[in-house]
Amino acid sequence: MNKITLYRILAVAIPLALIELACRLGWINRLTLPPPSEMVVGLWGILKSGRMNAAMLETLRNVIVAFAGSVVAGIAAGALVHGVAPVRRLLEPLFSTYYAVPIYGFYPLFIVMFGLGDKPEILIGFMLAVVAVITATLAGLDGVPRVLVKTARVLRLGPVRTAWQVTLPYAAPQLFTGVKLAAAYSFIGVIGAEFIMSQSGLGYEIRFAYDNLDNNVMYPLILLVLVVAVAMNGALDAWDRRLRERRRAGR
Amino acid sequence: MNLLKLPGASAALLVLILLVAWQLTFMAVGAVAIASPAATFAYLAQHLADLGPHIWATGQAFLYALAIAIAGGLVLGLATGLSATAAETAEPLLLAANSIPKIALYPVVLLLFGIGLPAKVAFGAIHGVIPVAIFTMNAARGVPPVLLKTAAVLRLSPMDRIRSILLPSALPEVLTGVRLGFSLTLIGTILGEMFGSQSGLGYLLMTSIGLQNTQIIMAVTVLLIAFAAIVSTALLAWERRLRRRR
Amino acid sequence: MEDVQVRLKGVTRVYPGKAGGVHALGPVDLDLKKGEFFAVVGPSGCGKSTLLEMIAGLAPPTEGSVEFEGRAIGAGVPDGVGVVFQENACFPWLTVADNITFGLERQPVARDEVGRRLERALQLMGLQDFAKAYPAQLSGGMRQRVCIARTLVMEPRLILLDEPFGALDQQTRLLMGDELLRLWRATGATVLLITHALDEAAMLADRVGVMSSRPGRILEVIETGWGPDRDSRIVSDPAFGAVTGRLWSLLREQSLSALSPAP
Repeated sequence: MNKITLYRILAVAIPLALIELACRLGWINRLTLPPPSEMVVGLWGILKSGRMNAAMLETLRNVIVAFAGSVVAGIAAGALVHGVAPVRRLLEPLFSTYYAVPIYGFYPLFIVMFGLGDKPEILIGFMLAVVAVITATLAGLDGVPRVLVKTARVLRLGPVRTAWQVTLPYAAPQLFTGVKLAAAYSFIGVIGAEFIMSQSGLGYEIRFAYDNLDNNVMYPLILLVLVVAVAMNGALDAWDRRLRERRRAGR
Repeated sequence: MNLLKLPGASAALLVLILLVAWQLTFMAVGAVAIASPAATFAYLAQHLADLGPHIWATGQAFLYALAIAIAGGLVLGLATGLSATAAETAEPLLLAANSIPKIALYPVVLLLFGIGLPAKVAFGAIHGVIPVAIFTMNAARGVPPVLLKTAAVLRLSPMDRIRSILLPSALPEVLTGVRLGFSLTLIGTILGEMFGSQSGLGYLLMTSIGLQNTQIIMAVTVLLIAFAAIVSTALLAWERRLRRRR
Repeated sequence: MEDVQVRLKGVTRVYPGKAGGVHALGPVDLDLKKGEFFAVVGPSGCGKSTLLEMIAGLAPPTEGSVEFEGRAIGAGVPDGVGVVFQENACFPWLTVADNITFGLERQPVARDEVGRRLERALQLMGLQDFAKAYPAQLSGGMRQRVCIARTLVMEPRLILLDEPFGALDQQTRLLMGDELLRLWRATGATVLLITHALDEAAMLADRVGVMSSRPGRILEVIETGWGPDRDSRIVSDPAFGAVTGRLWSLLREQSLSALSPAP
């Protein structure tokens, strides 16, 4: 296992070192790409100065709202749709082609409906995330053994208590896959919306720096977005692994 | 309700429901925010020819990007999926790469490639390559060991083993990855056009957003949705047929 | 001096791990005679399948040597060896006919000869009506026939069977046993059958090797003494009861010790 960790570190560190070297040797124009170490230093400076704190907080808050909303709505909708077969048959093609639809295309509509601000950004993040939760919920509920559903019926549980106390807990590991995706998609959605058109937030700041050719701000912020995304994914992944490990040992 | 059992009937009903929802939204928010279905389709009927060059520009960039995403994803997925160590090393890295908001990388892509076709293609491809790689890797790992043992008993060469056992066995799952890769590559290409080009549907979308031309916005959105839905449904049908045989 | 086809000398298998690893098998010394039907029975986890994999060249022994027709088995499966696995090893993306000819098409065999062998194998295994079907459309027993047919068309001189009927119901097992005997007589190949079913081993084999619990060793080799024309009807022969009885008395103790947790 330690060997694998070492390989992972190498797989990230070697390309980074090569880029650093190429920048330092002038093979890559520093106007195109500054050395990664300078991005880190720049990011440290920005974080210390605190001038991006407002933007970071706003993005974070919007991501959390979109994420939480998509998880709650997605699980509820998934459980509901799973229970009503005709509705599911009707919506299945929507779910399976949903991610082929450029959701950002609806962003202008949302801006006109809600005005430029947090709401359309949150809505984009929510829309990007919610269907991942729904499909994960459906897949998870499909995997519940019939005998458990029968047991719930023998115990005379109603449909809501069956879902809440039997089938959804059983499907928890798979639901978590949806939750993980929802976190990533909410982040992607909010940052993307901010980048396309907005007045504040991290995505906006990157766009602003890009439009002003301000590499000293742009690259550190891009680095920040990457680090946050990877850290969030890593944390959820570790949690997910723990959940699954426990399930396996319990069998 | 039995009509719903007809093939395509539920899809048609779904389209109908979505159109009704669209019309209701239009009636609620008005023409400033969204064009009505009627106005959108009227615009499409009249101006489809004008959209031709944009469709062509997007289509070209998209096809290049998709080819790169699929080829790159297959190579990356097979290279990592063939060895347990490589797969274990690569899996969290690929998943992390998948969770990155790639739009944040857009300035880098533009600085590297400049405005134009290469930037669009690159941006489309970086969206699509990771899902293809992840699914291919897992598909290669998921080949039942007994099939690989059978390949050894039949004394297949390493290349033949990949071509005749690994790829066909992995195909349905690879197709799932290709389907996701297709969608994301399309989105990536469109996003690329929104900022870094002077042509294509994404460019048209972005300028229409600036001009608040809701007819064009909705027309382009409908075109993209129709194209994406048709291709993705066809890929899904192919995938299901392969899986049903298993 | 009888013709020895497979010779195992001091074959041992240790799975690497902490504290010297897990000693899974051996040392095993065993000779298989050309054309005989040899069965190996043993308690679960005694390394029967490992033994088969080493004879097939799928896994190297940690110590000792395996010879096939006088030559040491190195890396890879030697020519002339066929293996039927316990799990479903059909290629799900190919039809029954394409599954059966898969290996043959990778050999320098003429087209019409491929067709002839396919027809014969389909007929022998009773699969004529399913040539164009996909494995998923077949029952477990039929799928196993496809795997056997795929092995037969290669005309191997040594056929290794790793619990091939393990997943089948009892009636199907008996009938498949009959068919296996018929094939064995028709091909003249040497057969090594790994099984945990005593009656299967007693009914099918000329000789039965009884293995100990882990680390597996051959405790004793029992000659059944059946004629070559035997079939599943011998299960009602009193001599059959005597053979299975002897096998069980040897195995009972081993199975018990396999069941109790390791110290």
